Amino acid sequence: MSTQKPIADNLFTWPSDSPKLIGSKDTETGRYFFPAKNSNQHEKVELSNKGKLWTWTVQRFLPKTPYIEQVAPEDFKPYAVGYIELPGEIMVESRLVGIDPEDLEIGMEMELTIEPFVKNEEGEELLIFAFKPSVNS
Amino acid sequence: MTDVAIVGIGIHPFGRTDGVSGLQQGVHAAKEALSDAEIEWKDIEFAYGGSSAAGSADTMVSELGLTGVPFMNVSNGCATGGSALLSAYTTIKSGQFDIGMAVGFDKHPRGAFNADPEAAGLQKWYGETGLMLTTQFFGMKIQRYMHDYGISSDALALVAEKAFNNGSLNPNAWRRDPVSKEDILNGMMVSDPLTKFMFCSPAEGAVALILCRADLASKYTTKPLYLKGAAFRSRPLGSFEVFSPSLEIERGPSPTVGASKATFEMAGIGHDDIDLAQLQDTESGAEIMHMAENGFCKDGDQEKMLQDGDTKIDGKLPVNTDGGCIANGEPVGASGLRQVYENCVQLRGAAGKRQVPNNPKTAYTHVYGAPGISACTIITN
Repeated sequence: MSTQKPIADNLFTWPSDSPKLIGSKDTETGRYFFPAKNSNQHEKVELSNKGKLWTWTVQRFLPKTPYIEQVAPEDFKPYAVGYIELPGEIMVESRLVGIDPEDLEIGMEMELTIEPFVKNEEGEELLIFAFKPSVNS
Repeated sequence: MTDVAIVGIGIHPFGRTDGVSGLQQGVHAAKEALSDAEIEWKDIEFAYGGSSAAGSADTMVSELGLTGVPFMNVSNGCATGGSALLSAYTTIKSGQFDIGMAVGFDKHPRGAFNADPEAAGLQKWYGETGLMLTTQFFGMKIQRYMHDYGISSDALALVAEKAFNNGSLNPNAWRRDPVSKEDILNGMMVSDPLTKFMFCSPAEGAVALILCRADLASKYTTKPLYLKGAAFRSRPLGSFEVFSPSLEIERGPSPTVGASKATFEMAGIGHDDIDLAQLQDTESGAEIMHMAENGFCKDGDQEKMLQDGDTKIDGKLPVNTDGGCIANGEPVGASGLRQVYENCVQLRGAAGKRQVPNNPKTAYTHVYGAPGISACTIITN
């Protein structure tokens, strides 16, 4: 099994049995930010791993650079993207997995998942965050 | 204080012109505008211009003439043309100069725009994982809007169908063949719910305008037009913009709302006074949402307006009479000025087959773009 690591530092807690996105909270205004801001005025916070789908679309064509998946255009698999409203915090943009795009519905309950994305030059598997339909919904 | 008049207009056809640089297209438009006003480059006292991907506008002086004219470059994304126009307006208003030029041009590579996360103040992973695409933003914004206000895919297709019909009547448009509503709906899905026919593409083109003190306008033209309002705004807190890894839960107005309001206040007129409007239609959904953001209807009213044909050339409020971005493509630096050019042609009664009937007197333009900017104008005859 190849080693795995998050695609970027400070994006989500890892390794973890219950990973969370890492955001920040402005200590003066109470506003949430994602990704976390590095500032004296911000404290790091773990964001809720559950929320509701606010809107969505599907990426139907192979993106140009800086997209890093190495795949021929004809082999590209479309992926869904959306914003998840994390109650009382913020809406985060994310890939949507574990569901056929035709079944996506605004308002549906979603939960965070960590997914393998691509391998880097060192053969390490890079992990990204995504949201999938909640098992309870 | 003097009013500001538009006394000369010039355009280089939009679309793809192989072998002609963006800058040369700008020079073409500039020369056409000078000739329209029956003046020479040496008569121009100042100029503002810009492009997003085709070089510095001020180098046009090497082709137009080394007159020493102060020529300032403007770089403001999709509002580059609008910002050049606004700068020319305030320069004349201030009394500094009497007559000048605003010019915008561009030439983009084919296909969707490339995005650089770090240039946009974002982290690399955002682009690497395939979230940094303008097309996704447009799909997601209209998807939510359709859900909230009951807009149908049919309405999206009606906007594109109108754009191609109007483009077919415009000799300067890129897409000049009508496309049926059925073909638009059945076209390849790009970013749900938007098909390929509902999107504009990056393109090429140029527009130049000559502006002067209104009390001098009769020297240059028998049909002067007056720039009554022009305003530019960046995004307020809570607006939904392209390239946003996260959004505030509490939603706020878009930059369009502020720019539009300021433009109407400046002109001192109401929405009922507008005879035609050019609204940013990066894709079909944008035109629909911008009808409401600019105050021409309530959210959700667009469905009936489109089904009734209200925004066609012979409708109650003709929108994007030249085919808009969908039929003209989007050369970023020129796009906003194209809208103003079209309004000038319409208010002069010179739009030929696409002429808005009953002698329109007042016309509106609106551009919107990344990273959340908007500029509007109101022109009267």
